[in-house]
Amino acid sequence: MWRDVTKLKVLLLLLGLALIAIGCFPSHPQSTFEAAGPVAQEQLDLFYIIFWAAVFVFVVVQGALVYTIFKFRRRAGANGLPKQTHGNTRLEVAWTIAPAIVLAIIAVPTVDTIFSTANVPEGEVLNVTVTAHQWWWEFDYPDLGISTANELHVPVGKNVDVILESKDVIHSFWIPKLAGKVDIVPNNSNTMWFRADESGEFYGQCAEFCGTAHAQMRFRVFAQPQDEFDAWVEGIRAEPGEVTGLAAQGEELFAMKGFDGTLKGESVTLQRCAICHTVEGQPIKGDVGPNLTHIASRSTLAAGIIDNNEENLRNWLRNPDEIKPGVAMPVLNLTEEEINALVAYLQSLQ
Amino acid sequence: MAAVTSQIPWILRRPTTTTGWVGWLVTVDHKRIGVLYGVTAVVFFLIGGIEALTLRLQLASSESSLVSPDVFSQLFTMHALTMIFLAIMPLSVAFFNIVIPLQIGARDVAFPRLNALSYWVFLFGGILLNAGWFIGAAPGAGWFAYAPLTDTAFDVGSGMDFYVLGLLVLGTSSMAGAFNFIVTIINMRAPGMTLMRMPVFTWMTLVTSFLLVTAMPVITVALIQLGFDRFVGTNFFNPSAGGDPVLWQHLFWVFGHPEVYILILPAMGIVSEILPTFSKKPLFGYPFIVLSGVFIGFMGWAVWSHHMFTVGLGPVANATFAITTMLIAVPTGVKIFNWMGTLWGGSIQLSTSMLFAIGFIVLFIIGGLSGVTHASPPADAQQQDTYYIVAHLHYVLFGGSIFGLFAGIYYWFPKVTGRLMNEGLGKLNFWLLFAGMNLTFAPMHWLGLDGMPRRINTYDSSMGWDFWNLFATMGSWVIALGVLVFIWNFFTSLRKGEKDETGDPWDGRTLEWSISSPPPPHNFTEIPTVHSRDAFWDRKYTEGPDGRPVPIPAGAAASNGGHADDGHGIHLPGLSYFPLATALGMVVAAFGILIHPVVIVVGILVMMFGIYGWAFEPADPEPGSESH
Repeated sequence: MWRDVTKLKVLLLLLGLALIAIGCFPSHPQSTFEAAGPVAQEQLDLFYIIFWAAVFVFVVVQGALVYTIFKFRRRAGANGLPKQTHGNTRLEVAWTIAPAIVLAIIAVPTVDTIFSTANVPEGEVLNVTVTAHQWWWEFDYPDLGISTANELHVPVGKNVDVILESKDVIHSFWIPKLAGKVDIVPNNSNTMWFRADESGEFYGQCAEFCGTAHAQMRFRVFAQPQDEFDAWVEGIRAEPGEVTGLAAQGEELFAMKGFDGTLKGESVTLQRCAICHTVEGQPIKGDVGPNLTHIASRSTLAAGIIDNNEENLRNWLRNPDEIKPGVAMPVLNLTEEEINALVAYLQSLQ
Repeated sequence: MAAVTSQIPWILRRPTTTTGWVGWLVTVDHKRIGVLYGVTAVVFFLIGGIEALTLRLQLASSESSLVSPDVFSQLFTMHALTMIFLAIMPLSVAFFNIVIPLQIGARDVAFPRLNALSYWVFLFGGILLNAGWFIGAAPGAGWFAYAPLTDTAFDVGSGMDFYVLGLLVLGTSSMAGAFNFIVTIINMRAPGMTLMRMPVFTWMTLVTSFLLVTAMPVITVALIQLGFDRFVGTNFFNPSAGGDPVLWQHLFWVFGHPEVYILILPAMGIVSEILPTFSKKPLFGYPFIVLSGVFIGFMGWAVWSHHMFTVGLGPVANATFAITTMLIAVPTGVKIFNWMGTLWGGSIQLSTSMLFAIGFIVLFIIGGLSGVTHASPPADAQQQDTYYIVAHLHYVLFGGSIFGLFAGIYYWFPKVTGRLMNEGLGKLNFWLLFAGMNLTFAPMHWLGLDGMPRRINTYDSSMGWDFWNLFATMGSWVIALGVLVFIWNFFTSLRKGEKDETGDPWDGRTLEWSISSPPPPHNFTEIPTVHSRDAFWDRKYTEGPDGRPVPIPAGAAASNGGHADDGHGIHLPGLSYFPLATALGMVVAAFGILIHPVVIVVGILVMMFGIYGWAFEPADPEPGSESH
């Protein structure tokens, strides 16, 4: 009987390990275990200190508990009543002090890390202002005079000093592999910093519930070598050039410029894209939705939720609410010709 | 006398019906009110559970569209509100009601009609909080309701109106109940029951009641401010007009953290009763268990900002609250070690309630340890608002509070009904819940650390979260199965359970086991005199020379066992329907704020009638009527 129970336990343990192996197999773009910068690394190091202390306590206490239960389990037929012990002051003192010592062991590195990660280290930094909107991200580089949305580019190895602002409700800025989250509170700017020590694409996501499309308020961070980053900045600084053909018709739909009424969709004449979206060089520069000046150079649409390709762009223009329920962008009732023209125009905005 | 009483208009007379559904409406008996609380809480527990199962189904796979994002928000908001305010808290209050007067040797609570009012306000408040479902707009900004998402500019619909009014009404119920139990415990203990002879469950009820009367006013202030913001257009929390959304967070968590202890301390009290009974030993280190409970209660006021480590309060505030939070682990550890000390050397009988009590310790240790990992702000920066926190809080509130409360149900069911619950089904119930809760919530630790935020209705398959989410969803159905077994066991045991004629099926240690099951309406025919901590045990056993208990022969025991006579002639508080009327008026008035001013006036009039009738109600029914 007991042997069977042991066999069962071993089987369950193996099954558990197998499950963990399966569960850990896929890649986790937001894993907190794969730190790629000093802030995330320090937070992870601290987590491991506490984790192993907790594992130690877990094993000792649960082990003692299970042992006690098996040792003092009432055997069949036993009627004897146990000795009535009421307490032991020495034991009480011991098990008050023991957890206090374990806590002191984790309190010291905790306080140390709080202060060491609080402020950006001395030296050259890249200043970035993150402005959170329901449900997308505006990224401004005040020193470089550029602005973009939903995809943040940073140079590898340089400290990024971030100011966090909100246009509406509370959000939270979180790039798990680079830095733990800091909340974005309206009327109450917060700061944080991070550094990417390796190049790559890092996933981020709003971590504070912020309304209907909270789950779809994502973003990407692209860490690039300095020269690639500089080239990217130059590209962003450039205003879009002249467009021709179908794209020119799309531009007319997008903004007021030169509109001659040949592609008349009624709603479009009333609701110009430019009322909400900025494309540098256009007469109207809306700031309700993301800046689209270089939208064709981005890898994703709608705050990091779908790939930036022609099909997704078309679906988005047809019915944004179907892809991202709650989104501020209305259903524009565009005709297929209008969508063709707009897609051609938007895809020209490299 | 007869001439005087007959002048009282019929509407102000005391009702005399003790049977049927009318009997339940006018009852002021603490035991019956306890049953009302318990049954209502279990019904809300099932509703909250259905909400949870729906949430888990939605998250079972990536990009699922079982429910819309807004319905999802309403489900997770209402799941939390329901489980906290309508299931765990009232289930604890059910035990306060059923057990406290019996444990302290009293005939009822201090204010029986106020007790009835607490229940009716709770019931109607719970309905008010849920009323949004009927118009398709339940509260959906999270149970923490962070401003300015609760502002009418962002929160379309009236969902959060139900949150404001429902919680205000429920707070009234909690305040009334808590004052009642403080007065009852302080003033109505049997002769000889000093504070340090009180059973630990009574102690934890006292601490919880003090936490309630001090924490509830804080959330009341915040809710009234939020109500003004929403109904009148003030700007307490509106940043665009200079209001401060962080103020809401401070007020909410200054209430919210003591609330966490309001949820766990009663369960700790229950466990502290069950472990000694089924180990056949007194509680180890009684004064340390009591004082650590009191200390946890006090410290509950000094840790609220650990819910706000990522808000940007600065390194000094974060370091301070990290230290105070870690300090709480010390008294919690002391409790756990003393419970183990109680088991050590005992004669442990693994009854269902004992299994739940031990399950409580096992799971609470896990929840406590994961709690320490986010007591550290830099580590918490990665954990805050992820599924890691969801895992932690369910180990504490499901593995902790709910397991403790289930232990209490199995433990005191025979006292209330005179029948035992089925042990076989009980053990199945326990193992299903124990397995199900670990299958559901353990994977959430890794999901959170792999970067899955809380309160998201959808996720992309490229995130690598599919497997454990599906796993957790399957686990949630094991929990559901466990709960079904419990319901089945409850109803079959109610009708066909083994009868307990002794009133003391577990060889209990405290006074509630000294009287028959179910107890007579007057509880104690003769109020017992208490000479020691385990008042009833020491009436049954004396200590032998080797320190082992020796049974005192039957008949030699002191004669306050409650068999002297049938209790005829003992004065009991009269029945009353005014608590029901007062509660109804209060909730109608609150509803009126959402409907029409006339409804408010009607509600207030009904409430005034209730209070007037209550104040001038004669002390007793008219002579000649049958009341007990």
